[in-house]
Amino acid sequence: MEVAQQEILTPAATKETTKISGSVALLEALIAEGVDTIFGYPGGAIMPIYDALYDYNEKLNHVLVRHEQGGTHAGQGYARTSGKVGVVFATSGPGATNLVTGLADAQIDSTPLVCITGQVFAHLLGTDAFQETDVINITTPVTKWNYQVTDANEIPEVIAKAFYIAKSGRPGPVLIDITKNAQIQLFDYEGYTKCDHIRSYRPKPIVRPQYIEQAATLINQAKKPFILFGQGILLGSAEQEFKAFVEKSGIPAAWTILGAGAIPTDHPLNVGMLGMHGNYGPNVLTNDCDVLIAIGMRFDDRVTGRLDKYAKQAKVIHLDIDPAEIDKNVKSTVPVWGDCKETLPLLTALIEEKQHTEWVKLFNEYTQKEVDAVIHKELNPTEGEMTMGEVIKQLNDLTKGEAVIVTDVGQHQMVACRYAQFNKTRSNVTSGGLGTMGFALPAAIGAKYGAQDRTVVAIIGDGGFQMTCQELGTIMQTGVDVKIIILNNRFLGMVRQWQELFNERRYSFVDIQSPDFVALAAAYRIPGKCIAEREDLQGALKEMLDNKGSFLLEVMVTKENNVFPMVPQGCSVSEIRLK
Amino acid sequence: MSNQDIDKQEYNITIYTENQVGLLNRIAIIFTRRKINIDSLNTSPSEIESIHRFNVVITESEEVVRKLTRQIEKQVEVLKVYYHTNEDVIWQELALYKVSTDVIAEKVSVERLLRENGARAVVIRKDYTVFETTGHREETDNLINILQPYGLIEFVRSARVAIIKDSEGFNSKLREFERLEPGEEVIENEYLNKGAKVFTM
Repeated sequence: MEVAQQEILTPAATKETTKISGSVALLEALIAEGVDTIFGYPGGAIMPIYDALYDYNEKLNHVLVRHEQGGTHAGQGYARTSGKVGVVFATSGPGATNLVTGLADAQIDSTPLVCITGQVFAHLLGTDAFQETDVINITTPVTKWNYQVTDANEIPEVIAKAFYIAKSGRPGPVLIDITKNAQIQLFDYEGYTKCDHIRSYRPKPIVRPQYIEQAATLINQAKKPFILFGQGILLGSAEQEFKAFVEKSGIPAAWTILGAGAIPTDHPLNVGMLGMHGNYGPNVLTNDCDVLIAIGMRFDDRVTGRLDKYAKQAKVIHLDIDPAEIDKNVKSTVPVWGDCKETLPLLTALIEEKQHTEWVKLFNEYTQKEVDAVIHKELNPTEGEMTMGEVIKQLNDLTKGEAVIVTDVGQHQMVACRYAQFNKTRSNVTSGGLGTMGFALPAAIGAKYGAQDRTVVAIIGDGGFQMTCQELGTIMQTGVDVKIIILNNRFLGMVRQWQELFNERRYSFVDIQSPDFVALAAAYRIPGKCIAEREDLQGALKEMLDNKGSFLLEVMVTKENNVFPMVPQGCSVSEIRLK
Repeated sequence: MSNQDIDKQEYNITIYTENQVGLLNRIAIIFTRRKINIDSLNTSPSEIESIHRFNVVITESEEVVRKLTRQIEKQVEVLKVYYHTNEDVIWQELALYKVSTDVIAEKVSVERLLRENGARAVVIRKDYTVFETTGHREETDNLINILQPYGLIEFVRSARVAIIKDSEGFNSKLREFERLEPGEEVIENEYLNKGAKVFTM
């Protein structure tokens, strides 16, 4: 944001006294918390912090984004791949309001963020001062916690609380609003102490043995048990514990979109994706299983379809760290409260080693039906325009499932999540709960900072790309290596699909025109290529992956392809359509 | 009336919180986000230093109230939330009535009516007198109707305060909260503790 002419410039913190400024205390706190990267954008009310940052350039890498929303998504991408807290700086007023979409996204997808916003001088609060906005009240519904600092003495303790709250329990975004006077104010600094206890806050419920025992009994007696797993496994770093549980129990397991990669895609008991555009078997057989074991997932409506026809025949075991999720959407028979890193091994110890051969075979039969009806022609077309699916398949072949895949929102997201191969955890970065178009490009930048030794591929639609394409500037300036694939179907495809299926093909404002994306990338000095022919696909993907540094590959795909299977809104999961 | 409406009744939600700016909004939006009207809201320091007690009254089904309390308890600065039906609490509202002193002086019947309704004079001035009663809503309402014909000048009623019948207070609980590893009774919701008998195969 632009700086007002009359803003007072602050002197750099004086080093000869024991006193330090609020701004320096903030940066010291970040270093103590192990922060290495900040995504941000300066402006008037946060200038003292940026002035202090000038001297911390070697300890803290600040990435200048092109829009504060991009900052939050980059912070999210960083948090998802690194497992650490994403840190975002923004100024007051418009800088802070631009964070709201990213905060809402992080809140619904349980992503740990600490956002620092500048605020006008404390004595100006409530006066409609230049770039003043009521950030605390605007962000309250979309933050796990937020707090306004008006006195520098509070900064060390408040930042310690912010990090503790953001990353503990069910993670989430925290926003700390710091008035300009507190940033400037010198105070007696007594060092930084990390926070590990807040009396009013219980990050983890106590694990109760009686529920573990009841859950184990149910599982041991079950004939057709079915596991649903979500991001809770990734957030709890419980991938090994989960794998051990699945393999000992022999139970087929299906994932929510944010749970993808918690167990490798090709694991024999990984039966696929849940929900509206998930796989055939997992949806149909949800209404056939006798015991449903939900782990670190929240029964989102896109997963359950019509709730009153959802798994009514099944006993439900729900493992979750957040007590408010238990019985919120689906009534549980046995609620296993707690961190799944702790509860899963306890459960694994009590269950019998089994193989549900016939039951798993049933899933495989449904898979075969889906392959015949949908998957084969999506992944291996031989004529006509290219499909989104074949691009993902070719990418799998080249990356061997080792890449981080960042997706935006819409048809390409569903196709990418359905078909991308994930060998490793923390490989799928997408906007799940909020469905934020424009997420992928900035999130991919953050994802690369969070996993510098991995290949990061952003897969984006032509619509979503145009929402945050200014972040190409961030890529240009930092040189961060992000591979960008635009799957261009010249439509806002998902809305168009719904209009085709449910609104009698009344294509209302989904016909979106795009600029020359390759030329746009070139304007940012990013090499690129646009292809429309199948024979060029593999070579172009290879060229993209082999390129040192970022590359933009635009693939022209068929205009009116629909994503199937699909559970139409208002239908039961077992009413999933293959066409 | 749908089934849902039939299940609805008044619930008294008791919330123990830290004393923190912005917390009122954080709690209020949990109701407003779901378009639930708050019938009554009282917030005041509790018997324990630095701990505030909210009393919120809403008319909803128990299922909705249970979910709401979990969402409220999830807030970082909220220590504990309870919900109770009217039968489970002793509750009172305080009401003030301003009436012309002349009218009361002239009409003996008014004085008798006030006495019958348990009202007591708080302020007596030449021009007006302020009476106070406490009671349930219908009791304080009743006195409005009685005074209306005699020129009730002004009326105000407080939010509801409620004491939980089956409660040993919050002092011992708070000490548990301050420990790093509190007992399980403190940190989990009572309804789940009692709900252990749901298991059958």
